[in-house]
Amino acid sequence: MERIELVGHFGPYGGRFVPEALIGALDELEAAHNSASKDPEFQRELSHLHKSYTGRPSIITEAKRFAEHAGNARILLKREDLNHTGSHKINNVLGQALLTKRMGKKRIIAETGAGQHGVASATAAALLGLECVVYMGEEDTKRQSLNVARMKLLGATVIPVTTGSKTLKDAINEAMRDWVTNVSTTHYLLGTVAGPHPFPTMVRDFHRIIGIEARQQVLEMTGRLPDAVLACVGGGSNAIGIFHPFIDDAGVRLIGLEAGGAGVESGKHAATIVGGTPGVLHGTRSYLLQDSDGQTIESHSISAGLDYPGVGPEHAYLHDIGRAEYRAITDDQAMHAFSLLSKSEGIIPAIETAHALAGALQVGNELGSGAILLINLSGRGDKDVQTAAQYFGIPL
Amino acid sequence: MDKESLAQVFARAKSENRAALIGYMPAGFPTLEGSKELIRALIAGGVDIVEVGFAYSDPVMDGAIIQEAAEIALRNKTGAKEVLEVVSGVSVPSLVMSYWNPIERYGVKEFTEALASVGGVGVITPDLTIEESGDWIDETERNDLRRVYVVAPSTDDSRLAKVADKCSGFVYAASLMGVTGARNSLSDSASELVARLRKVTNLPIAVGLGVSTANQAASVAKFADGVIVGSAFIKLVLQAPDISQACREVTSLARELSDGVRQGRVG
Repeated sequence: MERIELVGHFGPYGGRFVPEALIGALDELEAAHNSASKDPEFQRELSHLHKSYTGRPSIITEAKRFAEHAGNARILLKREDLNHTGSHKINNVLGQALLTKRMGKKRIIAETGAGQHGVASATAAALLGLECVVYMGEEDTKRQSLNVARMKLLGATVIPVTTGSKTLKDAINEAMRDWVTNVSTTHYLLGTVAGPHPFPTMVRDFHRIIGIEARQQVLEMTGRLPDAVLACVGGGSNAIGIFHPFIDDAGVRLIGLEAGGAGVESGKHAATIVGGTPGVLHGTRSYLLQDSDGQTIESHSISAGLDYPGVGPEHAYLHDIGRAEYRAITDDQAMHAFSLLSKSEGIIPAIETAHALAGALQVGNELGSGAILLINLSGRGDKDVQTAAQYFGIPL
Repeated sequence: MDKESLAQVFARAKSENRAALIGYMPAGFPTLEGSKELIRALIAGGVDIVEVGFAYSDPVMDGAIIQEAAEIALRNKTGAKEVLEVVSGVSVPSLVMSYWNPIERYGVKEFTEALASVGGVGVITPDLTIEESGDWIDETERNDLRRVYVVAPSTDDSRLAKVADKCSGFVYAASLMGVTGARNSLSDSASELVARLRKVTNLPIAVGLGVSTANQAASVAKFADGVIVGSAFIKLVLQAPDISQACREVTSLARELSDGVRQGRVG
């Protein structure tokens, strides 16, 4: 039997499970990404935006007072929260927006959960003169009304999605429907390392700068590589960005922290690798939360940005081969770390990021003083003030 | 009398100088028994081939109407067992229309064996690419099931040839770029796509997406071997006050469409 060559796979994961209507656009995108990654002019343009617009390289902050709660391990924070628009998301968005122009398309669509990727997409669209439409679950537009307003101020159109669970997964469905309809004029600016090939590879490549910078910075600061690199994992873009340049460093543990919600055993969580099974969702094979009939199960997390029932296929692969480990952090553990970093370091993290910080508390106590932990501080918590105030009973 | 095969149905339609009429209905919508009655109503109105929909939580190729039907079917706990039960009772050739994950979850080998054992003739897979079809091709061959992939106006000629080569039974040509659902008018993209397909395959070609009226069915029947209608039937069911009224209206629309696929080639 003739076998067709498999591209865009990570072991058994990844690939393309999409309507045939999109294959041409995915091929076009793959070709544009491949040629751009070898084009010095494209790289110069992206690098210029990193320096003059995003504010790269992002700094490293050593969290000494927070470290007292983490077994006195050295805690090094890669400050992606200081990027323009407040998170790592801008790295990918600028890259894809430049590719959009390279492909001669004038319209981008994006999905968003918490609104961070939507805001970043609207920002890049404003900067590069592209039309921008953001799909956002109706539930999320209510939970994150401030970010809806931000996107509108940036000139984007926000379309509330009222189908299914009215959250991120349904926003992705609706964005895919738009793309199937308007693919000749439109680029789907997917916000994470999931979706059909080439998205998991391409989005990773745009975020690798996090790990490339951090690896060099840690070497300069400490004279050696860290013992562990930690990051929160929803779709997994900030994690793969900081993990990837360390994959060949066998002595460096890579630890992804998933959203454990009310606890994995409760069934109300978004810990896809820890508590899910392999399957196909949104164009890729990976771990997902599904029932015995293959229907997607709704995820639960206090963090809208991690509230997704799938995960990037490369994480599924890194898990299976044992190169990366994944743990679940409950809402309460994340909020404890959120509060601790705010009060011990004067840095209010995104609630997504607080899951990575809770992981640092665990791993620091396991490894003790002398260990060096690098944590991707993927986003700032301004957007989460309302949720956090509610959680801690602070009247607004 | 033995049920006709898929090939026999297309051959008979061809001998009658018309296109075959293919009707879509999801299993478990609006109830499990209701979906069986609706399929009988489709056949009573002249539908030649039935697509039994396997409802899925994330149907990215479907517009609002089929999404709503799928949500109802899922609330009714419709899974593979129910889909197979519905297929087993269909008196004309029937295929399952399913997104990939429910099949993979059930098991490719197990699903193809189970479908063949209840008399299903094939599967339409809107989000399965040929590159991911290794086991699927082996198991559908082993169980003598037809594989129907969905191609689109954006599919280029070399890709059309590759995909059509992996199809059996017929090729599903999407009439336009977009999701399922009735359209007021059909563009020229369908006839252009079918013409390009004719150059690369001898299989029958059925056109779907957007067809809802007898006039549209007639115009598609001019150049296609099959006309696929789904959302237009489901819309009637969603609007009907009860299942018997829904069945009457479904039969009535099927009759009109059945006339349509016969008028397309007249004169």
